[in-house]
Amino acid sequence: MNRHKKQVGGWSLAIIVICVASLVPVLWIVFLSLKTPATATDGSFIPHQWTLSNYNDIFSTGIFTDALRNSIGIGLISTLLAVVIASSAAYAIARLDFPGKQLILLVALGVAMFPQISLVGPLYNLWRQIGLYDTWPGLIIPYMTFALPLSIYVLSAFFREIPWELEEAAQVDGATPFQAFRKVIVPLATPGIVTTFIIVFIICWNDFVFAISLTSTSAAQTVPAAISSFPGVSQFSVPYGDIAAAAVIVTIPVMLLVLIFQRRIVSGLTAGAVKG
Amino acid sequence: MSTVTAPPSRARAITRKQHLSDRARAERRLARWLVAPAVIVMLAVTAYPIIDAIVLSLQRADLRFPNATKFIGLSNYGHVLTAPVWWQDVFHTVIITVISVSIQFVLGMALALVMHRVIFARGFVRGIALVPYGIVAVVAAESWQLAWSLQSGWIPKLLGLSGDPLSHTFGTYVAIIVTEVWKNTPFMALLLLAGLALVPDELQEAAKVDGATAWERFTKITLPLMKPAILVALLFRTLDAFRIFDTIYIFNQGAQGTESISMLNYNTLLDRLNLGLGSAVSVLLFLLVALIAFVFIKVFGAGAAPGTEAT
Repeated sequence: MNRHKKQVGGWSLAIIVICVASLVPVLWIVFLSLKTPATATDGSFIPHQWTLSNYNDIFSTGIFTDALRNSIGIGLISTLLAVVIASSAAYAIARLDFPGKQLILLVALGVAMFPQISLVGPLYNLWRQIGLYDTWPGLIIPYMTFALPLSIYVLSAFFREIPWELEEAAQVDGATPFQAFRKVIVPLATPGIVTTFIIVFIICWNDFVFAISLTSTSAAQTVPAAISSFPGVSQFSVPYGDIAAAAVIVTIPVMLLVLIFQRRIVSGLTAGAVKG
Repeated sequence: MSTVTAPPSRARAITRKQHLSDRARAERRLARWLVAPAVIVMLAVTAYPIIDAIVLSLQRADLRFPNATKFIGLSNYGHVLTAPVWWQDVFHTVIITVISVSIQFVLGMALALVMHRVIFARGFVRGIALVPYGIVAVVAAESWQLAWSLQSGWIPKLLGLSGDPLSHTFGTYVAIIVTEVWKNTPFMALLLLAGLALVPDELQEAAKVDGATAWERFTKITLPLMKPAILVALLFRTLDAFRIFDTIYIFNQGAQGTESISMLNYNTLLDRLNLGLGSAVSVLLFLLVALIAFVFIKVFGAGAAPGTEAT
C-alpha cells in the first residue's frame, strides 16, 4: 500500500514537471498577447492589466489577415496534392512487386534529408525568371515536394497493415469490385490518410525558410514570414503585443489538431520513422 | 486503362488462369504508373535546383552585376573555404548541433520512459508532451526570444540578471539551445518511444528476478535493444539541428557570433544577392549533410537507415 502511494507520488511529480516544461512558454506568449502596450515591457509573467486590443489590432490590419488567408490556402492545397500523389505511390510500394522499389525509398530519403536552404537560391532565381516568385504556386510546389517523402513513408507503413484479403472476401460474398473497394478498403485506409494529412499540414503550416525567401508581399506571404517582419508603430518600438497575438492565433489550429489527433499522430510518426 | 487502375486483387482474379509472368508484368506496369507522379515531382523539384546550384557555384553570378556573369571554375569554393567566416559558422553550427541534440537525447529518453511506463493519465501526459511539437517553429522562437530579452521578458527578472542576456554570445547560445531543446525534445521522445515499445517486458521481468537494479536493466537490456531506434532518432535530429535557421533568424539573424551555415547561406544569397558564392555555400552544406548521414548509416550501423528494412 505504502509502495503504491510512493509510486503515485513519483509519477505525479514527473507529470507536473512535464506540464510546466511544456506549457510555460505557451502561457507566456498567451499572457504577453493580453498585456496592454504600456505594460508589455514590464517583464511580469502574468499581466497586470488585461486587454484584447492586440487581437483587434492584428485583425484590423491587412498584413495579418492576408497572411492568414495565404497560410490556410497554400497549406491545404499543398497537403492535398502531397497526400494524393503519395497515396498512389505508397499503395504501389506496400502492395505491388516491382523493380526499383528500394531506389524510390532511397530518393525519398535523400529528399527528406536535403538542406532546404540549399534549394532557396536556385528556386529564387528560377521563380523570378518564370514569374512564380511571390505567388501561391511558388510556395505550393516546394511544400508539396518536401512533404512527399514523409507522406510516402507514413502511408506505406499504414497500407502494409491493411488486411487486403478482406476485399476479395467481400467479392466472394457477392459485392461488386467497386462496392468491395468503397465499403471495405476505403474505411480501412481512411485513418492512415487522415493522419498523414494532419502531419503534412503541420509541416506546411510551420515552414519558414521558403516562406521568407520566395515571397515578398501580402500576395503570398504566410503567417510565419509575416510575424517575423511585423511593423511597429514606429521604427523603434517593437510591437510585442501584436507579435504575441499573431503567434497565438497561428498556433491555435495546429494545437487543436495535435491534441485531438494525438494518438494518431504518434502512431503515424513512429510508424513512418521506425518501420520505414 | 481499366487494367491500369484496377487493384491487383481484381487483376489477379481475372488473370489467375493465364501465365504467371503476365500477371507480374501487369503488376509492374500498374506500379510504374502509380509511383511515377511522386518520383517525377521529387526529382524535378530537387534535381533541377541541385544541378542549377552546382552550375551557379562555378560562375561569377551576382544579381547586382548581372552582366558580369562568367565561368570561373572552383574559385567560389576557394573563396568560401579560405574565408574565416565559413569556418566560424561551421563551428557555431557544430556547437549548437552537438549540445542541443545531446540534451534532447537525455531529456527525450526520460520523457519516453515516462510516457511508456506511467501508470495513470497516459493519454493526458502524451498530449501535453506533444504541445511543443505542435507550436509553429517561428512562434516558439519568438516566445523564447521575448522571454529572454531584457526589455520584455520574465527570464532575466527571474534569474536576477542586470544585463541583457541576449547582448553577449554566451547568453544568446544558452537561449537558442533552450529554444531548440524545448521545441524538439517531444519528437525525439516519440521516436525513442517507438523503440521502447519493441523491448519485451519478459526480459525486464527476468532480469528483475535475477536481482538486476533498475539502472542495470536500463543500460544492459533496454539501451542495447533500442539501438536501431536510437540511431534513427539521433540521425533525424542531428540532420535537422545542423540545418538550424528559423530560431537564429528570429533571435538575431546571426548576430552575437551565432551565425549558422544556413544563416550564412541565406545572407549570401538573398541579402547580398551573390548567387555564385551563395550556391557554393549551398553545395558545401549539402555535402556536409550527406557526410553526416553517411557516417551515421555506415559507421554506426546500416540497419539504422530508414527504408532499407522496408520491402
